[in-house]
Amino acid sequence: MNVAYIYDAVRTPRGRGKSDGSLHDIQPVQLAQQVLQQLRERNQLDTSLVDDVILGCVTPIGEQGADIARTAVLAAGYDQSVAGVQINRFCSSGLEAVNMAAAYIMSGQQELIIAGGIESMSRVAMGSDGGAMMMNPALIAEHKFVPQGISADLIATKYGYSREFLDSYAVASQQKAAFAQQNQRFSKSMFAVKDDIGQEVLTFDEGMRPDTSLDSLAKLKPAFETIGQMGLDHLALMKYPELNEIKHLHHAGNSSQIVDGAAGILIGNKAIGEKLGLKPRAKITAFGVSGSEPTIMLTGPIPATQKVLKRNGMNISDIDLFEINEAFAAIPLLFMDVLKVDASKVNVNGGAIALGHPLGATGAIILMTLLDELERTGKSTGLASLCIGGGMGIATVIERV
Amino acid sequence: MLSYNLLHNVAILSINVANQAMNVLNDESIPALARALEQAYADPEAKGIIITSERPEFIAGADLRMILNNNGKAPEELYQLSRSLNTIFRKMETNGKPIVAAINGTALGGGYEVCLACHHRVAINNPKALIGLPEVTIGLLPGGGGTQRLPRMIGLEMAAPLLLEGKKVSPKEALSLGMIDELVDSYEEMMEKAFAWINANPIAIQPWDEINQKTGKIQAKENYKVPNGNILSPKGVQLMMGGTALTMTKTNENYPSPIAIMSCVYEGLLVNIDRGLIIEARHFVKVANSSVAKNLIRTMFFGLNEVNKGVNRPKNIEKTEVKKLGILGAGMMGSGIAYVSAMAGIEVILKDVSLEAAEKGKQYSQNLLEKAISKGKMSPEKAEGILSLIKTTDNYAELEGADLIIEAVFENPQLKAEVSKAAEVFLKKDSGVFASNTSTLPISNLAKATIQPDKFIGIHFFSPVDRMQLVEIIMGKETSDYALTVAMDFVKKIRKTPIVVNDSQGFYTSRVFFTYTSEGIELLKDGVNPVVIENIAKQMGMPVGPLAVSDEVALDLAYKIAKEAVENGILSATDTAYQVSKQFTEMGRLGKKAKAGFYTYPENGKKYLWEGLAEFFPLKEEKIAVEEIKKRLLYRQALETVKCVEEGVIRKYLDADLGSIFAWGFPAYLGGTLSFVDTVGIKNFVAEADRLADTYGERFRPTEKLRAMAEAGKGFYE
Repeated sequence: MNVAYIYDAVRTPRGRGKSDGSLHDIQPVQLAQQVLQQLRERNQLDTSLVDDVILGCVTPIGEQGADIARTAVLAAGYDQSVAGVQINRFCSSGLEAVNMAAAYIMSGQQELIIAGGIESMSRVAMGSDGGAMMMNPALIAEHKFVPQGISADLIATKYGYSREFLDSYAVASQQKAAFAQQNQRFSKSMFAVKDDIGQEVLTFDEGMRPDTSLDSLAKLKPAFETIGQMGLDHLALMKYPELNEIKHLHHAGNSSQIVDGAAGILIGNKAIGEKLGLKPRAKITAFGVSGSEPTIMLTGPIPATQKVLKRNGMNISDIDLFEINEAFAAIPLLFMDVLKVDASKVNVNGGAIALGHPLGATGAIILMTLLDELERTGKSTGLASLCIGGGMGIATVIERV
Repeated sequence: MLSYNLLHNVAILSINVANQAMNVLNDESIPALARALEQAYADPEAKGIIITSERPEFIAGADLRMILNNNGKAPEELYQLSRSLNTIFRKMETNGKPIVAAINGTALGGGYEVCLACHHRVAINNPKALIGLPEVTIGLLPGGGGTQRLPRMIGLEMAAPLLLEGKKVSPKEALSLGMIDELVDSYEEMMEKAFAWINANPIAIQPWDEINQKTGKIQAKENYKVPNGNILSPKGVQLMMGGTALTMTKTNENYPSPIAIMSCVYEGLLVNIDRGLIIEARHFVKVANSSVAKNLIRTMFFGLNEVNKGVNRPKNIEKTEVKKLGILGAGMMGSGIAYVSAMAGIEVILKDVSLEAAEKGKQYSQNLLEKAISKGKMSPEKAEGILSLIKTTDNYAELEGADLIIEAVFENPQLKAEVSKAAEVFLKKDSGVFASNTSTLPISNLAKATIQPDKFIGIHFFSPVDRMQLVEIIMGKETSDYALTVAMDFVKKIRKTPIVVNDSQGFYTSRVFFTYTSEGIELLKDGVNPVVIENIAKQMGMPVGPLAVSDEVALDLAYKIAKEAVENGILSATDTAYQVSKQFTEMGRLGKKAKAGFYTYPENGKKYLWEGLAEFFPLKEEKIAVEEIKKRLLYRQALETVKCVEEGVIRKYLDADLGSIFAWGFPAYLGGTLSFVDTVGIKNFVAEADRLADTYGERFRPTEKLRAMAEAGKGFYE
């Protein structure tokens, strides 16, 4: 079997996902296009050697519709022989793209692939693609589908996480991110997004609030209490009769930020790297997905990690650093709790609470953040994992070479 | 059945289903309507059609007997039934001639669906007429296009509550909701408007239809824009998840029809009306064939009507009337009975040991009446009249000439004997009847203390009297049919629902109710998390969890009753509920009244399950499945009811079913405690009861008679 190597990884800065965000006037396809162009330029890439571009995108409608990956390939001026595919496994899409690329390479059926994702949440609203899971009454009633915020609060209630505990985690995420930013820890992968006439429009993750404190977070209102009281709590609790209520503890400050962003990772086998004169940075050694209880929905990183480690004969102690997507504060906290992982190894440069979660791209972004940090600290093995809508989890292990 | 008249070039179809109490859609009237419509379509003289009724109501709905008779039929057959109705309605819309519904009175269910299939709706402003789609309340869904046409006509948000709650509205409100187009004051005006609309609209097309430019025919419009947003609009999407969740808070999966209605709207409005009607028919088949629909129609519709009409009243005795009522004891129950009786125009003598105590009882009525006045539901004059009917006293002699005396004193046999002796001499000579409102003491024993045991009867009210619809009438060994008649006529007069049972310890309702609380305590003892017990009980449709309701009844009372049962040899001294109620009584955790029982009741705050429970009933590692918890709670109630039947406490199955639903809130979707056995299937029930008995104890063992019924494959109704 071939080995799938990571040769390079780039991403845009993350812009606030609102109409006042810096990337709001950049089209989604342009964000993806600039990622591809960056990879080409940084690696002097002969694009005709790229087999495919796999991009995660969670709301693939409107201007993100109609296979934005192939669209971006053409927009970026890649050779027309390069294919493109848009995939959607909700919040894990960016990492799923990487895993699919790795599987293609390892199987020997392809040699060089760019995997990543794109989401312009300020332009294409989250959830605007509908879906039976979101609106089919019979399925919602039978499976107790609720919005993720309700699930996150259900986790916090079930595991007894207090508001202060969650908020402390969020403050730490902000502080770690701010420190990482000040110390240029993101600059290896992050490039400046430019407008049509070449002006830089964004050079840093603009959602960060380094002055966040427990006091400032205490002022924020729970985000999901109102919808919870309109029947959704009841629906979720039907599966959890041991609980009398859902405590609504997550809010805008301890949940991931809505942002715009795109990312791409250049993945190939050994021969193509040699041919192109590229130096491999890491190999993708283990990956997989799993399903879990869909109402509580966001516990998936745990079984996914367990499954991937077990299948590859690894232990949790074999992992030097973790990136666990901060969809909500309760998610990494639960991961650390259940798998007994020391907090000093998890999300050391902050996470989506401080930096944002551009749905389709996040998986690829946290993987490159992980790789950059492994390289910076001289560590070897890292694991990235995300919780996924509908009750799924994903995990990917990389090892530096 | 239906008359056809041509007037001013308009065919007037007037419905009169003479062989039914009201105009209904059934196997006769539907084909008659179809024939008349065909005649009108073909009639060259008829430029338009008016559908109206010759009776006070327009059409009261579909004949539920027809639905009940079809329950259990092959899905294809039921599907065709629904489709054939929809074919008639669809042709009304697409025939080209304008059709106006002239809604002279109540138009419900299928009756309103006829109106929806018309091009225009004019209704007389009769505040007593009702318009709506109440199918959901009997476990059905509007299967004549109601789920498709109403949301297409008035929008998703406006239609949802009408479809999901089955709300019936006045013509005036119907106009404001957009359910009808015009409101008029008289029959003449209604017909005038109908003619005028037809003249102004020689070719009528529904908004969800269009004319095919090539063929000239009317056909379903693709991409019809639903007012205020389609299913896929942000509002529509939100409504689907939010509406489903909200529906589930009310139905907890126990009632399939509201979710089926949501599905009809969701699936049906994503396609054109023709396909939407097909989708609706499929869902209709599912709900019409469900045990829930059968149970609701049989128990809650036909059964309830039957009982309210007095099916239990002796036929050969002339009508009696309670004009003067004596009530002994002005406590919670006595004052409640006084209120409901005065509301029905009965003169009430409310007697207690002191005038002060009696006045306090009357105050209860005054408070309720004042509330009604402040809500604008009653005039002060009327309230004053009602209140003046209640006379308070501490003197037995004031009861002189009472047609009925109800004692509602403490549950103490000696006290009851004392007051009944003192009061019964003042009953109206020869005709007066004495009743006890006891909830547990055997009537035959109480009757022993009286001179006329044949005129002694149990009339068991439930608390709070003004809100609880049920009355349990208990026949003592010697109670006469005459006494029963007086009790029945009285209950009818105060507009409550009577069930009639024979005497036994706890009669029927209290006796079976205690099996529910008892099994809750058994589950607790078996190490089930009390939060789970309470939540699962509520999820399966009980109004209150078994532990919470134990607290409300009071554990010392439960202990007292169980102790008597143990002393009488009815109950084993090892009974868990007996043991636990004893233990809790001795600890002083008497329930809600002591602010401590299974729950703790903080001064300012919500009650919560007492932390100490964990010590007495440690949680077991091995969990009992949710379905098993439900089964245990339900089977105990059903098995005890079966015993009541076999012991002759229950005289009529219907009394057992209705009593269980209205007395202690047994889930209506199961049709009552006996219908539940049929719903499970008698064979399955016996097999499951045996399994439960093997696993959890002999209390679940089915009786021999039940076993014989199972072997014969014969249920209670089926």
